[in-house]
Amino acid sequence: MQVTGRWSGFRAALAGSVKQQGILYAFILFLAGVAVAYPTVLSIGNVLTVVQQVSIIGVMALGVTFVVIGGQLDLSVGSLLSLTTVMVVGLHDKVGPLPAMLIMFAAAALVGAFNGFLVGYLKLNSLIVTLGMLSALQGITFLYSGGNNVNIQNPNQTWFAVFGRDFVFHVPVPMIIFLGLAAVLGVLLHRTGYGRRVFAVGGNPTASSYSGVRSSRIIFTTFMISALCTGVAAVILGSRVMGSQNTVGQGYELQVLAAIILGGTSLLGGAGSMFKTVIGVLILGFIQNALLLLGFAYYVQWLVTWFVIIVAVWFDVASKRGRLWA
Amino acid sequence: MSAVSDGTNAAEVVAARRPTVRTVAGSALRGVRRQPVWFLVVACVIFFGLTSPYFLQAGNLGNVLVQSSFIGFLAVGMTFIMIDGNIDLTVGATLALAAALAVGLQEAGAPPLVGVLAGLAAGAALGAFNGLAVVLTGVDSFIVTLGGLIGIRGLVFVYTREQSMLTMNGAYTGFGSLAVGPVPVIGIIFLLFVFVGQWVLRRTVHGRNGYAVGGNRDAATNAGIHVGRHIFLNFLLMGLLAAFAGIMLSTQMGSATPNLGTNYELWAIISVVLGGTKLQGGSGSLWGTLGGVLAIGVLRNGMNLLNVAPFYVYVVLGFVLIATLFIDKFGRR
Repeated sequence: MQVTGRWSGFRAALAGSVKQQGILYAFILFLAGVAVAYPTVLSIGNVLTVVQQVSIIGVMALGVTFVVIGGQLDLSVGSLLSLTTVMVVGLHDKVGPLPAMLIMFAAAALVGAFNGFLVGYLKLNSLIVTLGMLSALQGITFLYSGGNNVNIQNPNQTWFAVFGRDFVFHVPVPMIIFLGLAAVLGVLLHRTGYGRRVFAVGGNPTASSYSGVRSSRIIFTTFMISALCTGVAAVILGSRVMGSQNTVGQGYELQVLAAIILGGTSLLGGAGSMFKTVIGVLILGFIQNALLLLGFAYYVQWLVTWFVIIVAVWFDVASKRGRLWA
Repeated sequence: MSAVSDGTNAAEVVAARRPTVRTVAGSALRGVRRQPVWFLVVACVIFFGLTSPYFLQAGNLGNVLVQSSFIGFLAVGMTFIMIDGNIDLTVGATLALAAALAVGLQEAGAPPLVGVLAGLAAGAALGAFNGLAVVLTGVDSFIVTLGGLIGIRGLVFVYTREQSMLTMNGAYTGFGSLAVGPVPVIGIIFLLFVFVGQWVLRRTVHGRNGYAVGGNRDAATNAGIHVGRHIFLNFLLMGLLAAFAGIMLSTQMGSATPNLGTNYELWAIISVVLGGTKLQGGSGSLWGTLGGVLAIGVLRNGMNLLNVAPFYVYVVLGFVLIATLFIDKFGRR
């Protein structure tokens, strides 16, 4: 009797968990399926490579997750990545690595503050504001660089190389930054009063403002976090490539949103988690990696991403409304 | 003032039912008055007219119209989509696929008409897919078409194998430079789409239903409107228009590149929003959209004539867009 009770309890817990983390289980099944055909996909070397490759999009996605849970969108991160990468690389040889990074982070913070002020305090629509910033920042990047590509003359003689190229005990540094930042921001989002207020503002702005949460300030800070995370991504990207084109971040905002959506964070706000975003980022990375291993052309991953995004969100929406079709 | 009458006079109400020249002009004038973007257009035209001796020449104005048309075709469809409260991010990629098919099939030996029809069919199919996905699954159109934007661009790259495609058919590439007097044919088609589109929005059941669907979807359903069918048709129309824009663009360039139309969805959305259509749906007009499209076209062309580096346009447009939102929110109290 006790045994069956335990078993049914376990089954209920499993069912609940599948419903909660459906995308995670689908991901595990997908990886297992690929691993049967190509065991190398789960080799330590391959896994490290994939996580390293997704770390730039991943770090950006961590920041945008705050914005999305707060009920807003940030489309400006792709152009901001272009600007900050061009800045940090271009300034490196002129003023040295540390001042270059400080100036770049100050610029990123300024952009985040601008977005945050317009959306948080002036209550303008975040989709349009950040769309405008996508355009403006792309132009500013060109203005700043004069249209020329930038690069670092002696990539082997600068400690700036640590962020994108080095390993600690065979673990790539970008991966450490990504997962470390995910842990720190995860604690901030899920274990502090601030994080709870972000959820409150995204879930029900009216109720949260009646309970004394200053939603303007919360939204402002989420845009700051998003911009600063993009700055971190720029450090990794700049250090890895040791050069930058003016349009290097073009389209990244879409990949970032795709990862967040795949992880299961709702664009409506008020729900989601840092863990889900990490899973979403890994799914994107492994789709690409597995398809290449299976011998498909590079662009086929985009087709697969298309269908996976729609189907993943569809099942999520369907499980909430209790039937498959709208 | 009679042209902008509020229509309380019974005779005018009757007259308003028939789209005569007078009522069309009145509708256009009302549209201009309601959409502050037209002030931006006029201001830009005056500014560039005074600062550049070339701007107001007929040939250049024709150029502005043609350059605006490609984003314009997309913006016409996007207005319908956004009045419903939806959004379509796939249009730039669909444009590229249609252009690639139209030119690529000619490269493979097919007559131009086959290429054009294949391009239009692809646009219709992708539009229908988006519409069905939005209506049947209940997933937000932003997410459906965000996926589509990534996926359709993938289709373009798979089809073109990352190569540009070229056509030597003079009849095909000649179409892009046809003109009636000083007015280019592509521009005439665009204006025609705006007029017909505005007529559909205001005078047909389908168009009027859009305002109901975007304004209050539940109320629209309860009033007996087939909301799903309505949304599906608008996405289908959007796919066709995007494909048409791509084909027109390819006739002008004589080629199709895999990266054609990148970010066009953003320009189209910016035009529509500049024109006063709300993202939440339920309101908007093609007179406003026309103003938004022309504002962008005039800005790009004028700054180009003044030898301003092209990337200033991005900066100006970004801040103009944010300023529009600002004026809309705080300027009308």
